[in-house]
Amino acid sequence: MSTYEPTETLDVKGLSCPMPVVKTRGAVDDLESGEILQVVATDSGSMSDLKGWADSTDGVSMLDQEEAEEDGDAVFRHLIQKE
Amino acid sequence: MSSDADAPVDAGAASVEDLRAQVQALQEEVSDLREATDDDGQKSMTIIATKGTLDMAYPPLILASTAAAFGWDVVVFHTFWGLDILHEKKSKNLKLSAVGNPSMPMPNAVAALPFMDSVATSMMEKKIQENGTATVEELIETSLDMGVDLQACQMTIELMGYDEAEFYDGVTTGVGAATALQHMADADVQLMI
Repeated sequence: MSTYEPTETLDVKGLSCPMPVVKTRGAVDDLESGEILQVVATDSGSMSDLKGWADSTDGVSMLDQEEAEEDGDAVFRHLIQKE
Repeated sequence: MSSDADAPVDAGAASVEDLRAQVQALQEEVSDLREATDDDGQKSMTIIATKGTLDMAYPPLILASTAAAFGWDVVVFHTFWGLDILHEKKSKNLKLSAVGNPSMPMPNAVAALPFMDSVATSMMEKKIQENGTATVEELIETSLDMGVDLQACQMTIELMGYDEAEFYDGVTTGVGAATALQHMADADVQLMI
């Protein structure tokens, strides 16, 4: 995770399906080519959903995903690059 | 020996001519088919939304907004009770039906009591809030922002006695079954909910 430096961070903690994907789309649209977006979610479904979204959407790639702990709660971090 | 060798060569030369012609014909056919299918990778989805209960408002809106995030071209055609989802006032007051719902933790005889729909609806709304699930209104605004075409069936608008001004700004009116079918025929995914 530390090998990539995110340009922007999108906090979607507390939001559930479909909002993490929907808001990620909007945040990626605002990026320049080559920039990296970090998405931080509490929705465990975001691991599969954001990977699936990135894999089947042109112009974005999922660089890394990890589960971490923040203040005792599970958070899911995703690094997405705009191509 | 040489005459034996010449004969197949002549036959082969004729075949090559034929094959060239066939290959050219096939290339033209493939080119025409590619043009006809117009497969530029742009996926599209058409959903027909027919239900107006709180639980049934979610699936079409969640799928529509997510598909829009994928960059798909999305149309949701709302008809009959599905129209209530697009009705600005009614959409904020959609009810959950307690009767005939086997997932409810109560027998139908109890569920049929006058206040039970309200109780079930309040419980669901509380869960939606606690879970961080978007409201129907939020999903409609999000879908419209993302370019989803939310269509309200004109026939049902008139049947229900609604006014076009009662729907969310951005909702498409003045459309009917033929418009829905046209989108369905072109769509990669068609769903009736």
